[in-house]
Amino acid sequence: MSDHIVSSFDTELKGLAENLAEMGGLAEKMVGDSVSALLSRDGTLAQKVIAADKSVDQMQQRIEELAILTIARRQPMAVDLRAIVAALRVSNDLERIGDLAKNTAKRVIAIEGEFKSPKLFGGLNHMSELVLGQLKTVLDAYAERDNDRAVDVWRQDGEIDALYTSLFRELLTYMMEDPRNIGFCTHLLFCAKNIERIGDHATNIAETVHFLVTGQMLADDRPKQDNTSTTTIEFPG
Amino acid sequence: MNTVLQAPETTKAAPTSGDAKIVARDVNVFYGEKHALKDVSIDIPERSVTAFIGPSGCGKSTFLRCLNRMNDTISIAKVTGKIEINGQDIYDPSLDVVQLRARVGMVFQKPNPFPKSIYENVAYGPRIHGLARSKADLDNIVEDSLQKAGLLKEVKDRLQDSGTGLSGGQQQRLCIARAIAVSPDIILMDEPCSALDPIATARIEELIDDLRQNFTIVIVTHSMQQAARVSQKTAFFHLGVVVEEGPTDVIFTAPRDKRTQDYITGRFG
Repeated sequence: MSDHIVSSFDTELKGLAENLAEMGGLAEKMVGDSVSALLSRDGTLAQKVIAADKSVDQMQQRIEELAILTIARRQPMAVDLRAIVAALRVSNDLERIGDLAKNTAKRVIAIEGEFKSPKLFGGLNHMSELVLGQLKTVLDAYAERDNDRAVDVWRQDGEIDALYTSLFRELLTYMMEDPRNIGFCTHLLFCAKNIERIGDHATNIAETVHFLVTGQMLADDRPKQDNTSTTTIEFPG
Repeated sequence: MNTVLQAPETTKAAPTSGDAKIVARDVNVFYGEKHALKDVSIDIPERSVTAFIGPSGCGKSTFLRCLNRMNDTISIAKVTGKIEINGQDIYDPSLDVVQLRARVGMVFQKPNPFPKSIYENVAYGPRIHGLARSKADLDNIVEDSLQKAGLLKEVKDRLQDSGTGLSGGQQQRLCIARAIAVSPDIILMDEPCSALDPIATARIEELIDDLRQNFTIVIVTHSMQQAARVSQKTAFFHLGVVVEEGPTDVIFTAPRDKRTQDYITGRFG
């Protein structure tokens, strides 16, 4: 994309992009750290995640202010307008991602010291890896305006949903096996849901990248595989 | 000039919608040696606002002036191709140009009221076209036109005052009233707000929005925001060709052509 005649417009758009790249990095790190803290029941790391959320919130505010000022000053059109709308949307998703990571971190502190068998974390670990991969890819796709990679991310979210559904069943089974598991498993279930929703925000960002690059909305329905809202399990006996 | 009336079979991406008021095909304009407009084909829909945008010298005003044969007044100008209004070839030699210009009114960049009273400015056209049978009839036309141009309230007590004593925005609305007075179907506007302040501009834009219920409006504007606000269809002219045309909503959010994008985002080198 060639430069604007008014170079300060370019400076503003560049500033917006830089802020978003930084915010994306922060949110990604929060997600990674919250998952590590969960898998290793590391309360100290969890505290760091909780503290980091403030910076993400502040960045979102800064990006919003920058975007509004740019709209007021430049009355952007076409790709510029889409870039600014995309920045607003992506920063919104990143802020929500930060909140979800923070919520997971809080639960890590709540269940700290409760020793449970590591096999409970197997599914969670796998799901987190997928979500982190999706988040990283979609942020790269956003930075590079790469529609193909964004659409890949959008399509792959179904796998995360399916994993979440199976994790949901697994955790319910543990709770039924031994009621003493209920507290711990409920926290894990919420953590799993947080991670699954981070995946949803990654697909939101993918939709935004598609809009930014092509000017079109991603119209067709994404295959949903999260069936937990309609899942029940019979209590044995 | 080609006088065949049926729609031409063209391989170009010229849209042929049923409600086209003006149909232009392969229009070329030469000013002496200068080839000002190259193979312009476009449909202009009825009762809606079509905006022409583009850098200075791109041909948008030249094309606008083809639509009521204003280019006839320039001796070195030569127009080829076909322009139809309501299916009638307006370059047909048997066509009455005076009648054409009554059906296709025009409003210019700088308000240009006659140095006469407000009443006379509006009454002049209907009178010379014989549209009023009596004084009362003419009074009605003047009042109705001023009303439609959103000016009546401001001037009804001073219709005999000079038109040139009005503010710039009022003068421009007076010119619109003058155009409306002869009951045109089409109103051409060549940068109608470029000499006006933002408030007068907003009034004209509000007026354009009202007028499109009854008229087909074609507006040339240098303000992209204005084109985006007032029009339903936009055509981008560059170096004498129509680079891109389509629904205004699409042109300003996701144009297809890079040149359109560069122009509307301020990247033109």
